[in-house]
Amino acid sequence: MATAVAKAEQAESVEYAARIEHVSKSFAGPAGQQLVLDDITLDVAPGEFVTLLGASGCGKSTLLNLVAGLDDPSAGSIKTDGRPALMFQEHALFPWLTAGKNIELALKLGGVPKNDRRDRAEELLELVRLKGSYGKRVHELSGGMRQRVALARALAQESRLLLMDEPFAALDAITRDVLHDELTRIWAETGLSVLFVTHNVREAVRLAQRVILLSSRPGRIAREWTVDIPQPRRIEDAPVAELSLEITDQLRGEIRRHGQQ
Amino acid sequence: MASSDTKTARTDETQDRSAGLEAGLDALETSAATRTPFSETARTKILPPLVATAVVLVIWQALISFDIVTDPTKLPSPGDVAAEFKDAWLEGKLLGYIWTSVERGLLGFLLALAIGTPLGLIVARVKFVRAAIGPVLSGLQSLPSVAWVPPAVLWLGLNNSMMYAVILLGAVPSIANGLVSGIDQVPPLFLRAGRTMGATGWKGAWHIVLPAALPGYLAGLKQGWAFSWRSLMAAEIIASSPDLGIGLGALLENGRNASSMPMIFEAIFLILFVGIAVDLLIFSPLERRVLRSRGLLVKG
Repeated sequence: MATAVAKAEQAESVEYAARIEHVSKSFAGPAGQQLVLDDITLDVAPGEFVTLLGASGCGKSTLLNLVAGLDDPSAGSIKTDGRPALMFQEHALFPWLTAGKNIELALKLGGVPKNDRRDRAEELLELVRLKGSYGKRVHELSGGMRQRVALARALAQESRLLLMDEPFAALDAITRDVLHDELTRIWAETGLSVLFVTHNVREAVRLAQRVILLSSRPGRIAREWTVDIPQPRRIEDAPVAELSLEITDQLRGEIRRHGQQ
Repeated sequence: MASSDTKTARTDETQDRSAGLEAGLDALETSAATRTPFSETARTKILPPLVATAVVLVIWQALISFDIVTDPTKLPSPGDVAAEFKDAWLEGKLLGYIWTSVERGLLGFLLALAIGTPLGLIVARVKFVRAAIGPVLSGLQSLPSVAWVPPAVLWLGLNNSMMYAVILLGAVPSIANGLVSGIDQVPPLFLRAGRTMGATGWKGAWHIVLPAALPGYLAGLKQGWAFSWRSLMAAEIIASSPDLGIGLGALLENGRNASSMPMIFEAIFLILFVGIAVDLLIFSPLERRVLRSRGLLVKG
């Protein structure tokens, strides 16, 4: 059912994976309504990899929740090509299921027939290079392996758009580098659109085609960069470092403004 | 051309590099689980309670042997109590006493399970019901179940229904509360992850909320059994009648009427024994299995 719907939408040839138009969001705070996001307009093209970058308080996770449909904007509109998949900083795998069954649950909720689920789950595990981990319990996997299963589970949703909320922030540097390579490979193989939230400038430049810098309190789009360094990049590459430096300076400028107020 | 060649070469190199690295990291960061050998289980789990039991028996016998307690109507010797067990066994009554109570206890517990589970679900999910009866439900847990015996006798008479009523009033709140706190403690992250996967409403309850709440629910069941058993003993002691057959509570009451301390000790030991046995044979293995499969059981 869901696959059929997704295909129908594809046939219409939507020209965006996500379209965010004049979105604002405020929450009730101790000092009345507090504006968290202010007039954000942003398109993610099909197959595009966009990172949202910002210091704490810029509302980047809030924006991701809005796109995921977990919350409604106070103003403006958000359209997505089908229901997006979402990956969190914590793996959010269900500990009562094995790695394979976690993926199968996503397949089941997506309407994949029972007989196809096992094979599809094995395929997805192979895609994240975890062949043979089908029967592993979540606690038997390392942090990096858990995030890869979480990625496979997100991919199982067959969404056109993958939202990632600082998914590698809790990993050690070595594992994170490897997962950057993996994500770049899988993104190229699947043709997914990715909206990736991070506060790590080099990670943003390492991964994205487009980096969007948000200012804090309220979150507004401060500036955006197109990254045309060819993939696969390494986080140590000179052009990556160079652009990171430029973006970091701008980010620090944004943060400093708050100290002066 | 040249640039695209280098690019392909680099892609391959990156892939090989990360695949090898990944396999290495995975191997480094996962440790193989080992099963504890039986000899160690015996040494660390079975031996200590046996030693403790032996120590108690030795002290008990010493109190008699060294004439510290001389009145056998206050403290019978271990031998007298053993003789009481032996007589009951030879008369063929021992298993009857146990079964009369265990049958009531388990049947009552199953009834409490059938009522407490949906009740807990409703209290946890429906705000109005929770505000209305939630506090009463937790308050009922602190009411000693023996307090229900007098009204139950007047409502239902001296019969088995009255026993079941007392068990239900004691165990249903525990089971319902266990499920409520289990559901309350489901990490919000699981609910959000479920919602992005399309698990909302009943699908969400079935695939996410209930399995996530299982450990809390099991803890509630365990407590529910303890409450069932205690309530039943209270009911059997107070409401003994020849029609009801002799269960463990009635045996205790008979011992008091006959001023037979060995019989009283026999009944107390049996009540303890059944309570511990049901916990060890049913609830503890169930709980351990669930916790272990989720990696929540840390080896101490």
